[in-house]
Parts: sequence; C-alpha cells; structure tokens
Amino acid sequence: MTRSLPVWWRRRIPRYRLIGARCKECGKIHYPPRTSCPYCGSNSLEEVQLPRRGILESYSVIYSVPGDNRLNAPIIVGLVNINGVRIVAELTDVLPGELSTGLEVEAVVRKISETSDTGIITYGVKFRPVLGAGSGAGQDTGEA
Amino acid sequence: MGRRVAIVGTGHSKFGVRNDVNIAELAYEAISKAISSAGIEKKEIDLVVTGYVGGWSSEGLAPVVVMEYAGLTGKPGYRIEAACATGSAAIKTAHDAIASGEADIALVVGVEKMNESPTPTVVEFIGRAGNYFWEFENFGLTFPGYYALYATAYMGKYGATEEDLCRVAVKNHYYASMNPKAQFPRAITLEQCMKSRYIAWPLKLFDCSPITDGAAAVVLASEEVAQKLTDSPVWIESIGVSVGTSNLSKRDQFTSLNAATLAAKMAYKKAGIDPENPAKYLDVAEVHDCFTIAEILAYEDLGFAKRREGYKLIREEQTYIGGLIPVNLSGGLKAKGHPLAATGISMAVELTNQLLGKVEKGRQADIKNGRALAHNIGGTGHYAYVTIYSLSKPRA
Repeated sequence: MTRSLPVWWRRRIPRYRLIGARCKECGKIHYPPRTSCPYCGSNSLEEVQLPRRGILESYSVIYSVPGDNRLNAPIIVGLVNINGVRIVAELTDVLPGELSTGLEVEAVVRKISETSDTGIITYGVKFRPVLGAGSGAGQDTGEA
Repeated sequence: MGRRVAIVGTGHSKFGVRNDVNIAELAYEAISKAISSAGIEKKEIDLVVTGYVGGWSSEGLAPVVVMEYAGLTGKPGYRIEAACATGSAAIKTAHDAIASGEADIALVVGVEKMNESPTPTVVEFIGRAGNYFWEFENFGLTFPGYYALYATAYMGKYGATEEDLCRVAVKNHYYASMNPKAQFPRAITLEQCMKSRYIAWPLKLFDCSPITDGAAAVVLASEEVAQKLTDSPVWIESIGVSVGTSNLSKRDQFTSLNAATLAAKMAYKKAGIDPENPAKYLDVAEVHDCFTIAEILAYEDLGFAKRREGYKLIREEQTYIGGLIPVNLSGGLKAKGHPLAATGISMAVELTNQLLGKVEKGRQADIKNGRALAHNIGGTGHYAYVTIYSLSKPRA
C-alpha cells in the first residue's frame, strides 16, 4: 500500500532506537512512546531510552512470511520483556534450536526488509542472545 | 435490561472455496433459508445488520450489494466489524435494537469471500489485524505468529505438548466429517497433524483454521413476535463483550486471553451461571479455535478447566460428546472453516440447531440443561464475545 510521506516521517526515530515514554505523574513507561498516559490520564510524558537488554518471554519461528520479508523466511519473532516493558521484535544471530524462554537478549540494529521492486533497504531493531555469559539484564543503558 | 430477544430463523451456506458464486449470491444462500425458516415475509423485517470484514473481496460496500440482491433495499441497515468476532458483534447490535424497542424483527447476516485474494495477500491483511506498525510492518509478525507466541508461552509454563494441540484438530475434524456444511468434512489422524509443516512454530498447518468463503444468517425477533412465529424460539440469554489491547506487547500475560475471561464473566453473571462450574449449566459450546491453542485457552478462560489444566481436557477427551462439555461439534473454525464475519453467526446457527436437536446424527449433543455457549474472538483477544443461548425464556 502506498502511503503519504508524513506516515514515514513520524516513524523515523522509533524505527531505529528503543525510545519509550515515561509518565511524569505515575512513572509508567510506555513502548511504543506516546503523548498521554492511559493509566493516569496525564499529558506530561518524557522520552526515555530503554535498556538494550531484556528477557525472552515467548517466541515463534515464522515459516509462512508475507510481503517483502518472504525472502527472509523463516524469521524468528520474540516477545521481549525489558524491566516490565514488552516489545515484539524479530530475533537475529541465533538458530531456532538455540532458543528458550528466559533467555537474555539484547537489541541491535539490523536489516529488516528490502522492497522487491526498488531494492530499498529498511533497517530497524532486532534482538539477539547476549554474547557470552551475560548478566544484569537492564543494567546496560547504551543506545540501541 | 430491555425486551427479550430470540432466534426464530437460521440459514447457513456451504463453507469452503466458493468460486461458484459472488458475494451477494453467497449471502443470499444463508439469508433465504433464514427468512423461510422463520416463516416471515421480507416486508416484516425492520432492520438488516450485515457483518463484513472485507479487504480481500472486490466488493467494498458489501451490505448494499447484499441487501439489493436479497430484495431488502429501502430498509434500515449498516455494516458491523469486529475482526473475527464480527458475527457476534452483528448479533449483539441487532439484539440491542430489538431489546430497546427500535425493531421487532431483525435479519443478521455475515458473509466473507476471502478467496478473492491470493493467500499471501490474505495473510498480510490478517497480519495487520493487531497493531500494524509495531507488530507487522517493522517486526514481521503474522497472525499465526501472534497465537504461536501464546502457544510457546503456554507450553513452556504448563507442560502442554504439540500433540495436545493436534488433539484439538483431530477432534474438530472428526465432528466436521459429519457436517456437510464444513469446508473440510473429513477426519484426520494425530500423526497427519504432527507431520504437517510448520507455519509459525509450534503451530503447524493442521493447527490453523483455513481461508474460507461462507455466509450465515439468523432472524432475531422480540418476545411478542417470536412467540407468534414459533413454539421453539432459542433465546439470547446474555452477551458478554470485552476489548483487549491492540498491541500484544501491552498484555500482562500470554497464557490466557484477558478479554475472553472478562466477557465470560459478564455473560455468566447476567445468565446466573456459576463461573466456577459453568459446564454444569451448559450442554454444548462452540469456541473460537482459529488455532488449536486458542481452543485450549478458551477452556480455561471460560472456566471449563482450571488455569494451567486446559490441555488436560482435550488429552482426556472431555470435550467430545459424553465428556464434561462437548466443544465444536460443528468442526469449529478449524475444520468447518472461518469466513471471519460469518463465524459468530455460524456459531449461533449451530447452537440453535443443537438446542433444538436438529443436527446430523453422530454430532448431536445431549440436551439436558437447554443452554449453549458461543465464544467468539476477534484478533488475538482484541475482541471477545461470549453469548449464552437458551431454550428457556431468560429472566427479565
């Protein structure tokens, strides 16, 4: 589907960075970021950089992949819990057999897709198992 | 609370790949039977509610096309959409119009021609069902993928196996083999299911409901009119509705659908059913088995099984006829087929016939309590409708 440019423009930052929004009233952190808090009704929120590391809560290996991602099938999709904030994202640098729930993962920037007609590449956030004996989930606050 | 509402007529098309008809002809297969079985004239209909998700069909504004073909032009009408729970939402809308006194007789029809688009397009369209950008576009999650995340979490926590999931498919195909309206009226073996290819691990081809063309319709009437038309009305005793989060990542846990739990609670409360032991009050249920894991989650969300023990119900064959509560004797979405907007209405048609003892031999439940339950989910618990149908006139 062809969309107007502002749709792409609004997504330029959340596409590449794990930016959430913290409610200044009740402290809840939201991902994706938003400008009003659905819990307390406050309109006073600030952008926060989410930690890069989280725990894999669930995952699936998707064999039947639609659209421009079809060439990348199978893709692994995970449900990642970062200090209570959940993100559904693709997993990378790992084989399906190496996965298990509870695994510690970290965010990286990777190629997401390539359009079939023009070859334009889209990058975005994926997660991979933490290299080495990782510990201290959520301690690393470096940018994704 | 409003006036009492009953089902007084039903119609159901053959489900499957229906390239032989267009959308209006398909809808009319169900509409004509619903009207004739109700014993009414078209001119008596006060309202036409059309459930339609569309997107894959050539017709954008299906209701006007459907109404024109059915000879219903000129009457009040509109389209209702609540993803895969569209059918139940359409019934609820017509129910409310009658309960409020705005209408005495309403026709509810759900129709879908999903095979008008190629499979990848349909998969993409349904993949957009949750939260488009945050799940589908950027992160490649497909609809089977949504339920697969639930399956992985559930299996990991409670010890259910891929065989348990396949047991649901085996049961539903077994009952579909006796339902001539089903898309796949044939039995399968556990081995066939286990050997089928993965679509979204741990879900395999036989864990998934198909892409279906189909239509179903019911005629609803107020108490006064229903009692003039028939001596066997099937009453809508209660409807519970809840909406879940759009984005899966906003959910608290992945071993149950919160919206379904809430909808069941509401429906049970209105009908005076003990939520601790609902099976005792019911004879049969149709639940939303778009994927096999969804039927197991439904057992728990509806209170048929304790939390963490839903998979044991199918393992012990408690949802076959003769067990605790027979589930999906129509073949379910899994084998009867799942034309999105028709599904909730198909459940109503099936349960009406079950309660009246009118379904095919071999898949007729024993009717003792005179009560049946429909559990219809939109998306992955984005919408949940739980409807109780009853032979006895509901409490005022």
